[in-house]
Amino acid sequence: MKKIYIKHRLLKDKLLFVMVSLLSALTAVPLLAILGEVLIKGYDQFSWAFFTEPTPTAYKAMKAVAAGELIPGGIANGIVGTLIMLGMASLFALPIGIMCGIYLAENSKKKFAYIVSYITDLLQGTPSVIIGIVTYIWVVVPMKGYSAIAGSVALFIMMLPLIIRSTEETMKILPSSLKEAGLALGGNYMRVVTKVQLPAAFGGIFTGTLLAISRVIGETAPLMFTALGCSIIRWDIDKPISAVPLLIWEFFNDPNLQDLIWGASLFLLVFVLTLNLTAKKLAKKWNS
Amino acid sequence: MEFVKPVLEFDKVCVSYTKQTMAVKYVSAAIERNSITAIMGPSGCGKSTLLRAANLMHNLYPNIHVNGDILLNGENIFQMHPIDVRRRIGMVFQRPAPFPTMSIYENVLAGFTLNGINLSKSEKEEVVENCLKSVSLWNEVKDVLNKKGTFLSGGQQQRLCIARALALKPEVLLMDEPTSALDPIASKHIEELLLQLKKDVTILIVTHNMGQARRISDHSMFMYLGELVEYDNTLKMFENPFDERTKAYLTGKMG
Repeated sequence: MKKIYIKHRLLKDKLLFVMVSLLSALTAVPLLAILGEVLIKGYDQFSWAFFTEPTPTAYKAMKAVAAGELIPGGIANGIVGTLIMLGMASLFALPIGIMCGIYLAENSKKKFAYIVSYITDLLQGTPSVIIGIVTYIWVVVPMKGYSAIAGSVALFIMMLPLIIRSTEETMKILPSSLKEAGLALGGNYMRVVTKVQLPAAFGGIFTGTLLAISRVIGETAPLMFTALGCSIIRWDIDKPISAVPLLIWEFFNDPNLQDLIWGASLFLLVFVLTLNLTAKKLAKKWNS
Repeated sequence: MEFVKPVLEFDKVCVSYTKQTMAVKYVSAAIERNSITAIMGPSGCGKSTLLRAANLMHNLYPNIHVNGDILLNGENIFQMHPIDVRRRIGMVFQRPAPFPTMSIYENVLAGFTLNGINLSKSEKEEVVENCLKSVSLWNEVKDVLNKKGTFLSGGQQQRLCIARALALKPEVLLMDEPTSALDPIASKHIEELLLQLKKDVTILIVTHNMGQARRISDHSMFMYLGELVEYDNTLKMFENPFDERTKAYLTGKMG
């Protein structure tokens, strides 16, 4: 009988395990490096004024930099703009996305549902810059100006497939016994959906929504074509408006404001990470 | 079997999942009012499929076809609205399925909520108390009515589901192996409960457990490969089965 070299095989096994572990650890490096970089550079910008005051003018910033002081003002205009546009986009994306997700989950074998599902996938894969330019043609041109409405439409289009998918997946994993038990009590379809299935799916849909928001909150390209940006805190939805990612781009392009890049980036990063972690935690709680 | 005024009648009922094969083949049977009728047979013989035809559960799946007639008090259920049929013919499933987001209290009233029927607070309390008492659950849960239904043990959850089905005062209660997911003590509780309940409701129960059929049912059906092989008085069937296949099943030679 041929001799079997167990030691040799065990060594190879160990070597592979160490390699896989090392490579896995490497995947954490980019995030930690980004977080570290942004944290170190942006941390000292953080102050009360940074969140409550709008972007300073280039002249004010230049004077502060020349005097060796921190740039005054902050990113409140961007925060307000981001919240307004996200709010408006969610207002439409949530009901439409949830209803569409329910339809897809309930009628997965129908041809129409198959087509809608396919289109949803394509929409999810559409580059955001294209969504931006198309929204420009659809909304900015007829309205004769950039606006928060146009920005919301672009974000709405981006959020929609994410919410449809998460609702569909959540509804699909609900046990069919729930629906059958509801209908067996003589409930009509709409009532069974609204009183039994949707409440049971709430956790999953909420998690999906948080992830959708965290996914689009950092989008810059579509907002360049639609919301444009604005240096004051503005609540009008038919006027150009700012957003945090837009501000980062503006700061990058203005040598006087470059120090503000890091504070704005840190804010955006922390916001997105918090949303993601909350979503993950909720999903875990909901699944158990 | 013939009854003077059967509550439910199956007339040449066929159910098919695919065009080639029938899961239930030309079943005709009348169900006596205020009795317990057990449907027995090996796995895949079509007993659950037959039961689910009686409250139009198959309507939910477009690929399933049901032929023949099912009469509820002489009225063809296929000509009635499914909502109406399901309110009059309640169902309890194999696995306890209390609605996870509703409290025990809300679960009992779920039938009303899902039918859009508004009850006053005192009516609600009366229904909840009566239904939970009728399934002998009241004393165990009266202090925790606001806890979620899923907080209860498996046996309690199943009794809650029975209470939920009874709240709408159905004429017939279909039960699809209601004790197969429960421990023997919880099963015994449910069996005793069914014997009490038949005063008010006709029970049609699918069971794998021959002992259970013998203990609680008045009449028994034996199904095999989609056919109704034998339908008789339970004691008579167990002591002197007419068909060889029934005999083989009851004596454990065939499973």
